[in-house]
Amino acid sequence: MMRVKVGTIEQLPKRLGKCVHIGVLELALFRTQDDRVYAVENRCPHKGGDLSQGIVSGEYVFCPLHDWKICLRDGQAQAPDEGCVKTYRATVEDGCVYVELQETGE
Amino acid sequence: MKRKLVLVGNGMAGVRCIEEILKLNREAFEITIFGSEPHPNYNRILLSKVLQGDTSIDEITLNSWEWYEQNGIRLFAGETVTDIDHEEQLVRTDRGRVVEYDELILATGSNPFILPVPGADLPGVTAFRDIQDCERMIEYAKTYKKAAVIGGGLLGLEAARGLLNLGMDVDVIHIFDYLMERQLDPTASKLLQRELEKQGMNFLLRKETAELFGNGRVEGVRFKDGTSIAADLVVMAVGIRPNVDLARRSGIAVNRGIIVNDYLETNVPHIYAVGECAEHRGVVYGLVAPLYEQGKVLAQVICGRKGKSYEGSVVSTQLKVSGVDVFSAGEFMDGEGTESIKLYDEARSVYKKVVVREGKIVGAVLFGDTSEGRKLLDMIQRGDSLEALSLSLLAPASSGGKESLVATMADTDVVCGCNGVTKGAICQAIAEHGLKTVAEVRDYTNASRSCGGCKGLVAELLEHMLGEEVNRYTVKETICGCTNLSREEVIAAIKEKRLMTVKEVMSVLGWKKEEGCSKCRPALNYYLGMLYPGEYDEEVESLFVNERLHANIQADGTYSVVPRMYGGVTTAEQLRKIADVAEKYNVPMIKLTGGQRIDLLGVKKEDLPRIWADLGMPSGYAYAKALRTVKTCVGKQFCRFGTQDSTGLGIRMEQTFERLKTPHKVKMAVSACPRNCAESGIKDVGVVGVEGGWEIYVGGNGGTHLRAADLLCTVKTEEEVMEMTGAFLQYYRESAHYLERTSKWVERVGLEHIREVLFDVEMRRALLERLHKALSATKDPWREIVENERLQQTLFCDLGDKEPVPVE
Repeated sequence: MMRVKVGTIEQLPKRLGKCVHIGVLELALFRTQDDRVYAVENRCPHKGGDLSQGIVSGEYVFCPLHDWKICLRDGQAQAPDEGCVKTYRATVEDGCVYVELQETGE
Repeated sequence: MKRKLVLVGNGMAGVRCIEEILKLNREAFEITIFGSEPHPNYNRILLSKVLQGDTSIDEITLNSWEWYEQNGIRLFAGETVTDIDHEEQLVRTDRGRVVEYDELILATGSNPFILPVPGADLPGVTAFRDIQDCERMIEYAKTYKKAAVIGGGLLGLEAARGLLNLGMDVDVIHIFDYLMERQLDPTASKLLQRELEKQGMNFLLRKETAELFGNGRVEGVRFKDGTSIAADLVVMAVGIRPNVDLARRSGIAVNRGIIVNDYLETNVPHIYAVGECAEHRGVVYGLVAPLYEQGKVLAQVICGRKGKSYEGSVVSTQLKVSGVDVFSAGEFMDGEGTESIKLYDEARSVYKKVVVREGKIVGAVLFGDTSEGRKLLDMIQRGDSLEALSLSLLAPASSGGKESLVATMADTDVVCGCNGVTKGAICQAIAEHGLKTVAEVRDYTNASRSCGGCKGLVAELLEHMLGEEVNRYTVKETICGCTNLSREEVIAAIKEKRLMTVKEVMSVLGWKKEEGCSKCRPALNYYLGMLYPGEYDEEVESLFVNERLHANIQADGTYSVVPRMYGGVTTAEQLRKIADVAEKYNVPMIKLTGGQRIDLLGVKKEDLPRIWADLGMPSGYAYAKALRTVKTCVGKQFCRFGTQDSTGLGIRMEQTFERLKTPHKVKMAVSACPRNCAESGIKDVGVVGVEGGWEIYVGGNGGTHLRAADLLCTVKTEEEVMEMTGAFLQYYRESAHYLERTSKWVERVGLEHIREVLFDVEMRRALLERLHKALSATKDPWREIVENERLQQTLFCDLGDKEPVPVE
């Protein structure tokens, strides 16, 4: 399994996404109000919108292009929209944020 | 500091007034209430129901001890105010307490009238006024069998019914020759008497009481005609008297009641009277609806919002005796100048009469079937003409096929007269909160909370609504699915409770989702900014990306940059700068916008701050819900047809209103002649120069919902254009829904209404004042970010490129 240190927790402001490139992957990282950290593929399933720039509410992000609501936990687009983004396990150790490069879920 | 408000009298009228005050402004007053009775506020009207055994004393409590506590009200129950010192503005009580006031409400109610006859003070003689009287009668009925009620009015009959229920024999003594003469005509009265006799009451009419006799306790009543009857219990229900002793002692003007004007003010400053103790235009009301109406007006006055005055009430009465339906309202007697329509079904004991004066419905009496009472009262209050009365309204209930009355009522018709609750309000509450029972409706709307006479109607309405009707009322526009509140309700709460952050709004107003969504967060952010200019710090994480990054996000994730060019005018130097920047950052496309500005498209997010720094120009706000551009034509300087300096005015407008945040984007244009080269007819604000002046158009839109602007007004000077435009923008800022374009807003609130507001010199001045306050608090966002390293880090920098590392 591969994992990568993407930065420190301080670099992730609460409820504001950050984008990170790892090889060919482009991920969006989020730190929620209650300090959970999520990593998802930075492409909305609809038209590839930059999810890292969306409005974050609880464990959801709203795509800035057409307001699709994506769950950060499982990557599912919320009804009435359909689709899914890939999600990755993100952990915090000693103030550093790590992402495991094995998709979770499916 | 909070002002001190003292209420003397803990009854229905006074406490209702306090409730209204709390609704208007929770924080303004430190409230103290004195009540002579040892109970919290209860529903006196329902005492007869308690006596009749239909309900318990606990159930008629209107405001519990907790209610006082929760609202921070000091309640001294069982304590009587004995003295008002209006020089020092303080009251004294029978327990030696002294309390200061800034405002003082007298709601001392009334006392039962006790006949001044010998023996009136004998044990076994009681009035029927409070819980204690009620308890005493219940106690008596356990030992004694024979009761006499003096008074054949509403209260006397209700008391008599209660005593029958308690197993007593009851004689009702009345001085007139028919019952309830103040509410009923002789026909209805006779029907009533017949019905009550069937229930077991015995009537002695045209009897004047001379004395009550008895050895140690009451044993009987003797009349002026020499006859007498035996009685173990005598209830006096001959009327009430406003309780004005305290007022009179304190030098407040008193006639029958405490004299008040149309704002419930007594002749002494800062002292008001409301309810049964007050006399308004010569009338003392003893019914609950007028008292509540008075309470509403007085609450406004006390909160410093003197608005609608109180102009007296049309009263209606309903008898609360099971098995007997009686209703009367307004002018119910036939007399000089009145005509009436009557239905008299003797066989079924149904009688209905509608009284008409000069073609208008002025009164009604109903016996046997009172379901139309509310409807008739509404008609009387509105002064409807006879034509409005459908004769089927009077059709006997048993005629079959009669449509449910509630179905035919208009939304504005009042269902609960005591509390002034309309059909529409009840239906709305049922739909919004999914109410299922009369009790729930009462808790949400106050309907049926007082006399309870409308319970049947409420129940019918519920039944009706739970059918298909419910869908018609779910139309309240809430901000989003996270709340049941509308924009207006949220703004009112923000102001009233002085909520200062998005989070505070959500937690105080009970948001369903703790962090809201992409609809409510930006809206709340806007409302807070609009309400607290200069004070509220925008919450960046609640902004849509364009406004957070001050550039337009494009389909491919890049951004576009539009520097400000006032009025569409630029210089060689600016053009050169833009060209240099475009080259330096490899901007893939340079394009002119529809609003006469230059757009640099395809810029990478992380380049934005450096591009702005290099440009050294202010943001053009091409991304914002704010003033975008003022498009202009060439104007009289160069154009053959131009009548005015459109470019000059356009620049001035853009410089003045630059950075002003609005509910949605705002576009403006100035054309120098009716040829309208700047397309002023489809802008939020379009100005067209004509010979000797300017026309101002508003509410235009060239977008999805194409709409031609409406002519707001024509003015002579540039100064006036600035003033009207500014006031228009501010009013739009304050009253539009978030994301509502002016085109929709103008249609929703109406051009006439907007004119009324803007043409009112005072209101316009106030709007402009607030506008300038908002404008003076703005800063150019590009510069702010260029100068703020931390903001750049937070908003524009990504985490960069990383290499994966294998782990065990």
